[in-house]
Amino acid sequence: MTHILVIAEHAGGKLNPATAKCVTCASQISDATVDVAVFAAQADALAAEAAQIAGVNRVLKIEDAANAEPLAALLAPQVVSLAQKYSHVFGPSTTFGKDLMPRVAALLGVGQLSDIMAVEASHRFRRPIYAGNAIITVEAPADRKVVATVRTASFQAAGGAGSAPIEAVDVTAELPSHTRFISRSAAATGRPDLQTAARVVSGGRALGSAENFKVIYSLADKLGAPVGASRAAVDAGYAANDLQVGQTGKIISPELYIAVGISGAIQHLTGIKDARTIVAINKDAEAPIFEVADIGLVGDLFAILPELEKALG
Amino acid sequence: MSKILVGLKRVVDYNVRVRVKPDGSGVVTEGVKMSINPFDEIALEEALRIKEKGGASEVIVASIGPAETQQQLRTGLAMGADRAILVQSEQALEPLSAARVFLKLIEKESPQIVLLGKQGIDDDNNQTGQMLAALWNRPQATFASKIELDGTLARVTREVDAGLETIEVDLPAVLTTDLRLNEPRYVKLPEIMKAKKKPLETLALGDLGVDVAAQFKTLNYAPPPSRQKGIMVKDVPELLATLKQKGLVQ
Ligand SMILES: Cc1cc2nc3c(=O)[nH]c(=O)nc-3n(C[C@H](O)[C@H](O)[C@H](O)COP(=O)(O)OP(=O)(O)OC[C@H]3O[C@@H](n4cnc5c(N)ncnc54)[C@H](O)[C@@H]3O)c2cc1C
Ligand SMILES: Nc1ncnc2c1ncn2[C@@H]1O[C@H](COP(=O)(O)O)[C@@H](O)[C@H]1O
Repeated sequence: MTHILVIAEHAGGKLNPATAKCVTCASQISDATVDVAVFAAQADALAAEAAQIAGVNRVLKIEDAANAEPLAALLAPQVVSLAQKYSHVFGPSTTFGKDLMPRVAALLGVGQLSDIMAVEASHRFRRPIYAGNAIITVEAPADRKVVATVRTASFQAAGGAGSAPIEAVDVTAELPSHTRFISRSAAATGRPDLQTAARVVSGGRALGSAENFKVIYSLADKLGAPVGASRAAVDAGYAANDLQVGQTGKIISPELYIAVGISGAIQHLTGIKDARTIVAINKDAEAPIFEVADIGLVGDLFAILPELEKALG
Repeated sequence: MSKILVGLKRVVDYNVRVRVKPDGSGVVTEGVKMSINPFDEIALEEALRIKEKGGASEVIVASIGPAETQQQLRTGLAMGADRAILVQSEQALEPLSAARVFLKLIEKESPQIVLLGKQGIDDDNNQTGQMLAALWNRPQATFASKIELDGTLARVTREVDAGLETIEVDLPAVLTTDLRLNEPRYVKLPEIMKAKKKPLETLALGDLGVDVAAQFKTLNYAPPPSRQKGIMVKDVPELLATLKQKGLVQ
């Protein structure tokens, strides 16, 4: 039997959908039982939410005031103490999981697999390297724990029909005081989450200013979509950093992705390869974005966007 | 005064479109341009700025790699690092092994800050800094977009999925860089000449007494699935008609 522990991610009293995606990935390993661990200051509602994820065997609730904020240095020793009973420990390849899971692995003395995109066997997985330009099949040692992050864009969230039992767990771990949370400034956009949205509209350097970038927001509003951006647009201050899509930003998998004034650098493309339909609007017919676009339109975005918005009604 | 240790990994330059070998045994690296991992350049730039503001007395760049990695270390010295350490290894190390090597360097140098990149753009692992902090039993502040030093602590703003987060860590600590931390300086010719005289120490990986055995086996390399060739539309009405036909807009 394979016993897998999934570390839940949450914010603002809600589970991040990445958690249910990790459960999907874990459930693809045959013979696996999948438990979810929720670390929080108050975990009741979160644990109840996790218990509904289809395929979950048990939810572990670890309540501690120290778990109010997700600090890897404090969470890692607690995960390690739970990990003893498991063959696999999975977290999402979000900034939360990327921060935490390598620390967990090192404390366990094992390597870590980043960005699992496909499960081949209990100890064999596929993952992307070189900004997705190569996909490798990797085998982890059978006699050690597998610690991994799951590439959330590669898995659908497990459904919500489950009713797993919830257990409060006390962990024995010494928590350091050397790391302290100060603040978080989340741009509350009121828009759907970039990583789970069905449609995304992104703008690049071509927008030229934060003021001009509003045309991207305005088209996104018409489509009920969140906004993404290229690195160039973020670096230039047209868009917030958490909107960056790509190798070092967010990896997304919407049904529809509209890239406006984005050239299509390798680092950007790796973030959108899982999009079902890519639309590119660019004035340069030679732009590499057209090599991956399903629908391309050559032209000036400042003429095209208002017309498109109007046509959408 | 305190030292800053910076990791400089030698990687395929970010402009190179990496290709998988036809037999699936690896990626083509022969004759391909190699550079300092972009995140590590940012780490070095930050270390230099800290030193220039009086926050450190020495910046040491370190790399684990083949003999050719001296090129990247010399570039680091030309950017302004004081000295360099090459841990020579023909074999590429997994992040846990790299972290164990860095821990050895920490024992040797006792830095106040270790600055690494958030990820190597080769294997896209994003692990070494976090692992090093765990092994060292010290704080980590990953994906930094702003670092403020305040005596024996660092206040670090981190780029997280939700926006920006600020944490405070006691020093010594491991910090990893994100893209928005700074813009690395260009190297000037006279600096390249000067860098030739700066100390570059070479250590043999085998002499460090570190367990660097690989845990993972890479069975195969494959190119990513290619997307189907798309279509070009001539104007907005045609774009909209195509989207409607695909059921993507009403
Ligand atoms: C380590 C590293 C990590 C990186 N990570 C990422 C990442 O995660 N995400 C990312 O996006 N990038 C990333 N990059 C940057 C990447 O290499 C590119 O520099 C970046 O994606 C370019 O952004 P852009 O397409 O907006 O700008 P440009 O490449 O400058 O393209 C602008 C495009 O707009 C078009 N254009 C201009 N005016 C108009 C107009 N009026 N109408 C229509 N089209 C117009 C131009 O033809 C051009 O194609 C990374 C780079 C490095 C080194
Ligand atoms: N072989 C290496 N030599 C120097 N630095 C390294 C090496 N491997 C990893 N690092 C550092 O660790 C960071 C993260 O790498 P990784 O965990 O491989 O994505 C890099 O940006 C470097 O700063």
